[in-house]
Amino acid sequence: MGSSGSGKSTLLNILGMLDEADEGSYTLDNTPIKNLNEKIAAQYRNKFLGFIFQSFNLISYKNAMDNVALPLYYQKLPRREREERAMHYLEKVGLADWADHLPNQLSGGQKQRVAIARALASDPKVLLADEPTGALDTKTSYEVMDLIQGINDEGRTILVVTHEPDIAQMTKRIVNLKDGRIIDDTLVDQVKAKANV
Amino acid sequence: MFNIESWQEIFETIRKNKLRTFLTAFSVFLGIFILVILMGFSNGIENGVTTQFESDATNKISIRTGTTTKGYQGLNPGRRLQLRNGDYDNLNQQYEKNIEYKTATYSTWGGQVNYKTQQGNYRIEGANADQQFIENQDMVSGRFLNQDDLEEKSKVAIIGQQMKMDLFKDEDPVGKMIMLNNNVNFQVVGVYTDPGGTREESRLFIPLTTAQQVFNAGQDIRSIAYTVKMEENFDQAVATSMAMSESIEQELRSRFTVNPEDRSAIYVSNTLEEAEKIYGLIDTIRLVFWFIGIGTIIAGIVGVSNIMLIIVKERTKEIGIRKALGALPSQITGMILQEAIFITALSGLVGLLAGVFALEALSPLVETDFLRYPKADLGTSLTTLAILIVAGALAGYIPARRASNIKPIEALRDE
Repeated sequence: MGSSGSGKSTLLNILGMLDEADEGSYTLDNTPIKNLNEKIAAQYRNKFLGFIFQSFNLISYKNAMDNVALPLYYQKLPRREREERAMHYLEKVGLADWADHLPNQLSGGQKQRVAIARALASDPKVLLADEPTGALDTKTSYEVMDLIQGINDEGRTILVVTHEPDIAQMTKRIVNLKDGRIIDDTLVDQVKAKANV
Repeated sequence: MFNIESWQEIFETIRKNKLRTFLTAFSVFLGIFILVILMGFSNGIENGVTTQFESDATNKISIRTGTTTKGYQGLNPGRRLQLRNGDYDNLNQQYEKNIEYKTATYSTWGGQVNYKTQQGNYRIEGANADQQFIENQDMVSGRFLNQDDLEEKSKVAIIGQQMKMDLFKDEDPVGKMIMLNNNVNFQVVGVYTDPGGTREESRLFIPLTTAQQVFNAGQDIRSIAYTVKMEENFDQAVATSMAMSESIEQELRSRFTVNPEDRSAIYVSNTLEEAEKIYGLIDTIRLVFWFIGIGTIIAGIVGVSNIMLIIVKERTKEIGIRKALGALPSQITGMILQEAIFITALSGLVGLLAGVFALEALSPLVETDFLRYPKADLGTSLTTLAILIVAGALAGYIPARRASNIKPIEALRDE
């Protein structure tokens, strides 16, 4: 975590290969990520990484199910299998009944849950979440964090960027940034989101 | 790029953006529509002019004489020049190697023709057997004149389709007797059609020798016509034909002692030279129409390209999301390109069909001599279709490249 402008999102984007570092090196899966061509970057993003954004970034003209299925489309899975897996993840985030709804028919919390289902759909090694609760009220934020904690408990690494201390306390390790530098890196006792709901 | 999945993606985006797609499609539709109509009309003009022209053979040289208007070498103006059998034989011999078909005629402008109770006034022409090919006539029934008719001065007649309808109605005229000028019976041996239409089908042909006898013309002939042997090279044929007609003119001038300045005494016309001019004109018209048509299509393509650029701009964020989810640049390029090609090809196809149908509907209403059966032929349609596919690819290429070059991080920041 860190204050606004401290470089949290930039770090996350570099880790997610959405952005490139001006200097320094980044190695993912034993591959140095530097001047990688778009094709290979796309494959890494597809297989290794799942993104969760503050503004959800759902495709507005696709329904919840199709949004979740999109990364699978780029893995060239057949339609039937895409839909089955998308449905499975929508169930997991508790939105199976909203599968046919367009994003603008969903509440903020629901949208973020669809986005999480989408990030999970490609079964990535790491989830990158940029202010996942930034656009949500406290109660919904905790619900979303509960979901994220559940996924983490299943053994998936999750990087969450936030500037809210209460959200930060729900993680297992806090890295503090200031002016683009890591100033602190500590393990914390995780606060279960469920307790606050 | 061409699997069902990517089509589903495209149909989905098109379905969500109906108006935008419609507007894009419309400019292409209009471009193709106009091109097809123009092509149809250029074909129509060609048909019209060619038909006009081919009422007679296109490689025809015709020779007529009239009255002198200028004095020459002590001869007074106003002298009537009369061609005779001897002149015809003379020319035949002299130009034998260039002549394909030859005929000499003796005609009267109006002659009364009776069949039973029916009667009419028709032009009666004494002619040779080759007349049929020089006039571009086809036989409907029976036969044309032959050499025996000429030698035996037979009283046989070939009538035009129009005459057959006037005098014989539904009867078969072949073998029937008709009466000319109320005094001579002729047997009808054939019916012809002429691309020149009704006017040219209202004529009756009898052997030249018979005509000269019946009309008391002695050795007189009214006109001579030849067709020139066509050569492989059209320009060369035109040159041969011109040289021959000039040489004939010189020949007759000295034969009749005509003033070289006197234009109306001897008249030798050469159809091939005119044909060349007309074909040149048709080519020019065709070229201009293609130019306008292609220009219109280019305007359409630029329109599509423009709208696709806006679409890419509008979908920047979506493209960013797709990239973040692992879309390959080639998949993004493919998506935009495929959409552009699909829209241009489909709307172009609709334009093509609309154009063809419009021409079909319009064709019967057009009744001028120089515009006949305007329609788009298969060749034109296929060419247009090929242009369309290329057009779609061109229209989509620049926007697609721009889309695939979008950096995901910039795209996601785009609001």
